[in-house]
Amino acid sequence: MTASPLLCSAVVRSLHQTGDNIWSLILHAPLIAAHARPGQFVNVRVADSLVPLLRRPFSISRINGVELAILFNIVGPGTRLLTDKRPGDVVDLLGPLGKPFDIDEVFDTALIVAGGLGVAPFPFLEQELHRLNKPIVSFVGARTASGLSVEGLENVREATDDGTAGRKGTVVELVAEYLDAEKPKRPKLFACGPTPMLKALREFAVNRRLLCELSLEGAMACGIGICQGCPVQRTGEGKKYALVCTDGPTFRAEEIVLS
Amino acid sequence: MVKTSFILRGVEFRNRVFVASGTFGYGNETTSLLDASKIGGIMTKSLSWKPRDGNPPGRIVETTGGMLNSIGLANIGVHQFIGEKLPQLRHLDTKIVANIAASSVDEYADVLTLLEDQEGVVAYEINVSCPNVKEGGLNFGTSCPKTAELTRRLRPLTNRPLIIKLTPNVTHVSEFARAVADEGADAVSLINTLIGMAVDVRTRKPRLSTVTGGLSGPAIKPVALAKVYEVAQAVKIPVFGIGGIATAEDAIEFLLVGATAVQIGTMNFVDASISGKIAEGMAAYAERSNVPDLGSLVGALDANVGFSVLQSWL
Repeated sequence: MTASPLLCSAVVRSLHQTGDNIWSLILHAPLIAAHARPGQFVNVRVADSLVPLLRRPFSISRINGVELAILFNIVGPGTRLLTDKRPGDVVDLLGPLGKPFDIDEVFDTALIVAGGLGVAPFPFLEQELHRLNKPIVSFVGARTASGLSVEGLENVREATDDGTAGRKGTVVELVAEYLDAEKPKRPKLFACGPTPMLKALREFAVNRRLLCELSLEGAMACGIGICQGCPVQRTGEGKKYALVCTDGPTFRAEEIVLS
Repeated sequence: MVKTSFILRGVEFRNRVFVASGTFGYGNETTSLLDASKIGGIMTKSLSWKPRDGNPPGRIVETTGGMLNSIGLANIGVHQFIGEKLPQLRHLDTKIVANIAASSVDEYADVLTLLEDQEGVVAYEINVSCPNVKEGGLNFGTSCPKTAELTRRLRPLTNRPLIIKLTPNVTHVSEFARAVADEGADAVSLINTLIGMAVDVRTRKPRLSTVTGGLSGPAIKPVALAKVYEVAQAVKIPVFGIGGIATAEDAIEFLLVGATAVQIGTMNFVDASISGKIAEGMAAYAERSNVPDLGSLVGALDANVGFSVLQSWL
């Protein structure tokens, strides 16, 4: 059972750029920080105005006591406004939201698979996995070296599309090579990234019958299951769609269809 | 103390602020965020006879000061609503208005009849105005004879208040309001969303999977006010004003043009506690203005003495 979402006024502690268009915003939000679990997100009101109107969802990237961090790229007006934040500014947060990663089921080695900004939820997840003494290997991919963000990750293996850092190729190829070479006992994959990457990894994991959880993103208005704006197609009988915000953002690879 | 309550067909609502259908779920998702005792009532998510999956992904897009949606009436169906949601809703300290959306007159009648036996539902809002489904919705809502026929069919089935939710996507919405008033509707609510569209110029594709959808949010408030004004001039039954309300002042504007009550929609997504704040703000406005009863503001627009230049414009 996860905590009920809270509306909080969080105070900006710091904003720093950690890569080429990768930003980290650290917020003082003690109640959300206390209740958050890895894989959950916050829905952020980027400005106290009606334009832009809707909140923006961001993974909780890291927890440090009473503070939490979110990681983002500037991709539109909402994220651009976030880069105007200065220490002491107040940001309205709704959270913690969504279903966390399942770290209680039986597995031995955690394989973290991140593409681009999909790295966002993993420093927090690795904090918790570390506490459980789970061995961790982090596979991080990006288009090019400056898009890699590995802060807070351990045992990192990199891949870039252009070969400017790590293996030239995809992060899925990197994972496949590792599994074939190391043959870890009872691995579990935790993945987040662009849809084409998640599609490829999903197929790989389902074919090899590997435990695999995918963290998805979706355009959403409310973040709490009301607006029904963020459907993802389910496999199997029953309801055709699940909602990214409340049924996810973490899903078992075999329970959803990515298009 | 300002009087904020009003009565509709014998049902007393504590104040004039409601949450609009589809923007508050079934009422149980937000119990940690909104004190339900601060609002007049909850319009439930639209209920149909069977569950509906809704439309494919690509359901919402933000636009300037608003949003487009194409949810497609995704809902759990009236049976699951009665079994799972209503027992929780009954415990909330506010009134529950069941919103019904169906694809035939018979289905509307069946859903309403099933809810008739249920304690805790105090009124019905009939959605004939969803722009995002092929059958039902706008099929009814843009045909005045069909809207009237539906009202005629439903009226004898219930003694509870019957509110017809109208679409603005017609030439003269007041004709529809007049038609349902003549058939015995107790109130109308408007506006449902305006048909709108957005395009991704990079891919040259529509941003919604259904190409067009419904526009809501602060961007539509001026249109909504004009439609509510038009309808309030045309009918004697109460009007629930809906469309882009974000503040207590916005809500007061709707009262002044003739709305008896208002519904808060899209802004619930931004701040789930906003309807309570708006209700408090309306009472505070009345207090400041020495108005002992919010009801005396309904239709109190001073339309005969030119216009007023808003200082706040600067």
